[in-house]
Amino acid sequence: MFEVVAFYLFAFLTIAMFSVVVTTKNPLYALSSLAAGMIFISAFYFLLNAEFLGVVQIVVYTGAVMALYAFGMMFFDSLNDVKETVANPKAVFVLTGAVALLVVMIFAAPIVGNQLAYYPIHEGYGNIQEVGIVLFTKYLVPFEVAAVMLLVSMIGGIILAGKKMDISVTQMAEEEIDDNHRTDSEIAKDIK
Amino acid sequence: MSVTLNDYLVLSTIIFIIGLYGAMKRKNLLMLFFSTEIMLNAVNIGLAAISKFHGDLTGQMFAFFIIAIAASEVAVGLGLLILWYKRHHTIDLDSLQSMKG
Repeated sequence: MFEVVAFYLFAFLTIAMFSVVVTTKNPLYALSSLAAGMIFISAFYFLLNAEFLGVVQIVVYTGAVMALYAFGMMFFDSLNDVKETVANPKAVFVLTGAVALLVVMIFAAPIVGNQLAYYPIHEGYGNIQEVGIVLFTKYLVPFEVAAVMLLVSMIGGIILAGKKMDISVTQMAEEEIDDNHRTDSEIAKDIK
Repeated sequence: MSVTLNDYLVLSTIIFIIGLYGAMKRKNLLMLFFSTEIMLNAVNIGLAAISKFHGDLTGQMFAFFIIAIAASEVAVGLGLLILWYKRHHTIDLDSLQSMKG
């Protein structure tokens, strides 16, 4: 009974939060409701006996990814200026429904298939021990590749975002900022 | 009365539809990233639910790798977005159009 109540409560909360994300005009509201939705999603992992996944969800998504978005949003000052007009709103609904139906069919395939479990869950172990055993035996190579991928993306992010980070706008006079801005737009024009 | 696998899959589908709708409707590039996160999380719920109800850990392993990929996607994507904003001073999706046709 507790499980059913918790499932429907968190399902309602998650759907409400994510609906706010895709409908709101204010990016700050979207960011905070996305963070709340991520925490509510971790509740499903705890309900599904995947405690480690739930903890990773909170740490990685609300801790790392949302903080990264919050820092990234400091670079964009004209967030509310984006015009939200869709040329063909009917196509959006049709395509969304069609692709979602396709995804449901792909996900329903394992239920119809009903094969044996490759890495069965043992009673008596905790979830964290089991995840550790499988991750560091069967999935060791993908784990190491994921580590290299994270390193590459970190260096890529630093190099992409870190250009001209040595110029501090707060410590410049008005004229210096204007000069700097002018050279920036000239460079942009040259690239175009 | 208890929660079945179908309930979790229906929830996963609803959240995926919300994310897909956001990805197709919004013109703000930052909102496009948020919608992508929503879709990845919807898939993770489905994988964790199948993992529980089939007694198989593979679903949870895939969810871990999806989380790692999402984290690196955010780092590179946000770097590119900041670079684009410095060049063009806009994060409108339509500003990415460079070909006439």
